[in-house]
Amino acid sequence: MRPVPSPPLSARSLDQPRLEHLAQGVQLDELAASATTLAGVAVRILPPPSGEIGPAGVVSSRPRGRFETAFVEVAGHPVARVVVGPFRFAGDADDAVEGPLPELAPDAVKRIAGATRSLVETALTAAYRAVATSTVHAAAMQQSHQDASSKDAALAETLARLSELERLKANFLATISHELRTPLTSIIGYTEMLAEGIGGPLTEEQREFVETVRVKSVQLLELILRLLDLSRLESGAVALAFADVPLAALVDEVVTATAAMALKKSVRLTVEPIAAELAALGDRERLRQVMRHLLENGVKFCEQGGEVRIAARVTHQAPPDGLGAALLFPVTDVVEVRVADDGAGVPPAERRRIFDPFFQIDQSSTRRHGGVGVGLAIVKRLVEAQGGTVRVEANEPRGSVFIVSLPFAKRAGPSVAPPR
Amino acid sequence: MQLDFAAREVALKIVYYGPALSGKTTNLVALHRMAGAETRGRLLTLETQDDRTLFFDLLPLRVRAARGDVSLRLKLFTVPGQPIHGATRKLVLQGVDGVTMIADSRIGETQANAASFLDLRQNLRDNGLELSRVPLVIQFNKRDLPDIRSDAELAELAARGQEPVYAAIAKDDVGVLETFLATLYVTWGALDRAHGLSARLGLDGETLMASAAEQLGATEPLETLLARRVGGNLLGPVSRS
Repeated sequence: MRPVPSPPLSARSLDQPRLEHLAQGVQLDELAASATTLAGVAVRILPPPSGEIGPAGVVSSRPRGRFETAFVEVAGHPVARVVVGPFRFAGDADDAVEGPLPELAPDAVKRIAGATRSLVETALTAAYRAVATSTVHAAAMQQSHQDASSKDAALAETLARLSELERLKANFLATISHELRTPLTSIIGYTEMLAEGIGGPLTEEQREFVETVRVKSVQLLELILRLLDLSRLESGAVALAFADVPLAALVDEVVTATAAMALKKSVRLTVEPIAAELAALGDRERLRQVMRHLLENGVKFCEQGGEVRIAARVTHQAPPDGLGAALLFPVTDVVEVRVADDGAGVPPAERRRIFDPFFQIDQSSTRRHGGVGVGLAIVKRLVEAQGGTVRVEANEPRGSVFIVSLPFAKRAGPSVAPPR
Repeated sequence: MQLDFAAREVALKIVYYGPALSGKTTNLVALHRMAGAETRGRLLTLETQDDRTLFFDLLPLRVRAARGDVSLRLKLFTVPGQPIHGATRKLVLQGVDGVTMIADSRIGETQANAASFLDLRQNLRDNGLELSRVPLVIQFNKRDLPDIRSDAELAELAARGQEPVYAAIAKDDVGVLETFLATLYVTWGALDRAHGLSARLGLDGETLMASAAEQLGATEPLETLLARRVGGNLLGPVSRS
């Protein structure tokens, strides 16, 4: 990386603040126009005259009327001259002026000059402080750039090493997935042929054994695919196609796909009515995968005869500190999908770790329910890749509820405003 | 806050914050008009061609307590709402005692209102202040325009937060005084709790507030004006944090 040049601003330029510097930050013509409107008499703001500066507040007479001059100082330095006028005092001879001029009492002139001076001083002081702040920031930025430059080489080297590792890892995954899946496909294919009697008639007991081999092989294939998914998600290699995803249809589809598994365990799948127009913003295929994982997870951890309930609605994500809710709520609408089971539940201490890869609440659950603990890790990564969040809470009276919040895609009711 | 025991004067700084063109200056101009000649000071407004406040407004407002021995000097500021004036907004927030957030009621301005609120939070933080400790009142202005949130929606939003929320049409003076008095109320309450102002100055905060309302031309009791909010409470930042 090339060295960054020093910012042009230096603290030295602040020793003698000059009007031309400050005027860059303050539009003096507009200030003067504003002051003129307020005063009802012409007000001009000029640079201080070169040479000696006289005392402020000198009233001078000119052939065309009178003027009031006041000097503006910032940090002890004259930076501007405020000229009020021309005007005439009550009692001035008519022939002392040409044309119509405002007639002002002497104290009115003093007041106007004072007010204008305050206005300019306030504006210039703020500009001066803004310049001072910028200088400090510029110095800090220069230092930061120097630090960054010195670390640049080391970072570039690390990046190259990590890129090479990433390439090796991708190659390894591609190879291993191919090497594992190819024989499994053959195993599944041949067991299916055996089960269909293509290799000759089977006894009832043989058929049972073959079916067990087939089911376990399919499970193993699914596990390999999940591990591959997890690897791709962790390396950020998953491309997402964002669209409005209507949730009612998606949930129906996933419930149908999980029905056989639920039936086997006599678990009831209950879907609470979902508004037809309710849609999340996300990748349809990946959302389906998320829902499938959550439903299967729910069924898996329900006892025989239990129930998994699915609900979806628009809700608001509360601001983290609860402040400004009236202003922030309308732009924080999210779609919340809840999958609740009445299984053993997740202890509060484990609720964060449950989304870690390969995490199981206790190892006996692996034996009882199967799986290696990658489903929820995939869910979390998929949801986060789509700008959402997932969390688990206790379900009442027992079990867990997994709550997925996703960006809201459609206007669902009058209380929700579309983002601009 | 500046406290001058010798002069028995309390100076409070209140900043009107909000997105560009939401009506911050209009609120201050309306308050200036309402204040009696003896109460108000100079209103410095910088009007530019596109009708936006270029810098800030100062509206010193002096309010005498009933016993006449303590004066409350209020310095009201607005900030330029345009995104490019971030540095100015930060400067104006230095030493702020209370903030009035002027939001635009139009649905299309929802994002701008939220962005301005987040900007306020960050600029306070940059000044070493936490929003949770700064008294805050929200005004939804421009209630007379089309395409705004309905009153029911506003009430629903207001009910979600703690900050008092007022509806206003600032150009017609509607809701301006209520918003201002609520800001003064929560600001005084917070400072009183932190510094024991009422006890140390020997005055009753409620009386001071009522006097302020009266000098601003209020024709209704303070409680009636404060109660006109559409949501939130007047407990201030202590209970919020």
